[in-house]
Amino acid sequence: MQRRDRQLGLLYALPIGVFLAVAFLAPILLVAAFSTMPPKVFSIWNLPDFSAYYTVITQGYWKTVAWSLGMSMAATLILFVVCWPLAYGMAKVFGRFSLVLTIGVVMTLFVSENIRLFGWVLTLMKGGLVEGYVRAWTGTGFDGLLYNVPVIVFGLCYVYLPFMLFPLAQGIAMVPEDARAAAFDLGATRWQIFREIELPLAMPGILVGSLLTFVLAAGALAETKLLGGQAVIVIAEEVETAFTYGQNWPLGAALAMVLIVIVGGIAIWGVGRADLDRMMGRR
Amino acid sequence: MSDQPILRINALTKRFNEFTALHGIDLNVRDGEFLAIVGPSGSGKTTLIRLLVGMDEPTEGAIWLRDTRIDAVPANKRPTCMVFQSLALFPHRSVGQNIEFPLKLRKVAPATRKARALELLELLRLPASYYDKRIDECSGGEKQRVALARALAFDPEILFFDEPLSALDYRLRKTLEKELKDLHRRTGKTFIYITHSLEEAMVMSDRIAIMKAGRFEQIAPAAEIYARPRSRFVAEFMGEVNLFDMVDGRVPGLRFGPRASNLFVGQTGTLVVRPESVALLAPGEEADVALEGIIESEYLLGSRVQYTVAREGADPVTVEVLRENAVGGSGAPVVMGFGTQACHLIAPEARDAAA
Repeated sequence: MQRRDRQLGLLYALPIGVFLAVAFLAPILLVAAFSTMPPKVFSIWNLPDFSAYYTVITQGYWKTVAWSLGMSMAATLILFVVCWPLAYGMAKVFGRFSLVLTIGVVMTLFVSENIRLFGWVLTLMKGGLVEGYVRAWTGTGFDGLLYNVPVIVFGLCYVYLPFMLFPLAQGIAMVPEDARAAAFDLGATRWQIFREIELPLAMPGILVGSLLTFVLAAGALAETKLLGGQAVIVIAEEVETAFTYGQNWPLGAALAMVLIVIVGGIAIWGVGRADLDRMMGRR
Repeated sequence: MSDQPILRINALTKRFNEFTALHGIDLNVRDGEFLAIVGPSGSGKTTLIRLLVGMDEPTEGAIWLRDTRIDAVPANKRPTCMVFQSLALFPHRSVGQNIEFPLKLRKVAPATRKARALELLELLRLPASYYDKRIDECSGGEKQRVALARALAFDPEILFFDEPLSALDYRLRKTLEKELKDLHRRTGKTFIYITHSLEEAMVMSDRIAIMKAGRFEQIAPAAEIYARPRSRFVAEFMGEVNLFDMVDGRVPGLRFGPRASNLFVGQTGTLVVRPESVALLAPGEEADVALEGIIESEYLLGSRVQYTVAREGADPVTVEVLRENAVGGSGAPVVMGFGTQACHLIAPEARDAAA
């Protein structure tokens, strides 16, 4: 019986398995293969050399990697702090209003990310909504709020908020009310309940939300380009440049591999810690 | 057991919008006492315990812990604690960490904490190796003991219980009832135990407070409540009972001998007789009170047999006799009798009085 179940399970997993192999695994393998090619070739049928990785290491690309990881880490932390009370409210307090909030947050996803970011550009640029009003009211203007690192982090927070909010709310909903009441009864303060009970018990949701946000933000490009101007350059932008203007596919592939390995490593580490079965309500 | 009450409840009232859950109740709990608060669901016992532990505030009235008024003190500032119905153990912490939790909150040194946790494991008869066990590896009874150990680590002035045994199977419940009673004796702490099971309350407690619709119906030791219930509700709540309405010293269908006639002369109320006090009379045998009927059904209750005896123009009577005294089955006519010492008369005005 158990053998049969296993066979059936494999059979059912076949379509998605094939799809993942073709659409997900194959491109990664292709990129991996390209990353080992000599510079400026457009085929993977060459003798592999690792000159692209050598370029990545010697040409100071670590800076762009550091900017990407640093800013996505900052965005993840800020989003956690901002989303915790909101998610707490959705899971425990708001009741019917959480549906309104959910719809409101999800609706923003119906509009393309670039258009929403352009909206912020119009709001924050010199002569835009904010600076324009300030100048009209006070008579003195300023340079606008764009083209710096904080505004990029703001953009990342803005775009990836739903990816933190919903897993977090799910995680908080998993904290049993009785455990919280018992800790309170045993003398815990509000802060101690947060640290000792809520934080660890909501950890699966926190991990999933943080991973989603971090992984997406680490590969993000539009926020840096549109809001950040040329203030800093992120790794995703270098990958794009290498593949397009640079016409150096092996270099682009090597940069992509570096990002994939770092982010993938963090993701696998995180998922290994999160009890996804419990989140899905399977136990 | 000292004479000063450890807990005093004074005219405690709790209203939720239109609904009054507690109607100005009073209660004194002696230091070191095991008090059970029993009532059907909706009687207000859960509301009461929430007020007592500090998870809710009363609308009116006061709660005193010795000389301190505590009704406005939040639960985390009160020197009392509760064992929850769900036990509310922390699933992400080991058995040891669960027990040490209240001590950790008080910043007790780790070594001292561990020593105390091991002491409590021993007190609760759990092996020391359980210290590192995960909560979900414990059985129902073991979880029960861990929850108790955690509450005792808090070292509360009063330990409250919110039906912690109700989810367990019968045999385990019986074992734990005895253990809890034993633990009460060994720790000398004041236990206040909420339950809907009278059986549980009778086995464990020194006194039982019976609640109904937001009031105490009667507060007394189990034996007294059983033998001398204050109201029909209490009489019926305490198990199988025969109730006869008496008007001016007479009950239709009951033949009173001289002793009973003298005792009940002019009395009005409800006569209470427990089934085990009713005997099946042999021909010619006399009793203070006698009645007749026809056996309708019989149930074997292990060592005893219970009969439902139908009577003409009156409610059936329940009789319980030892198995060796059993008589014929259904349809047999019987004469029953009981002595005046087995009777208790509930006065009509006492019915709705609160204790």
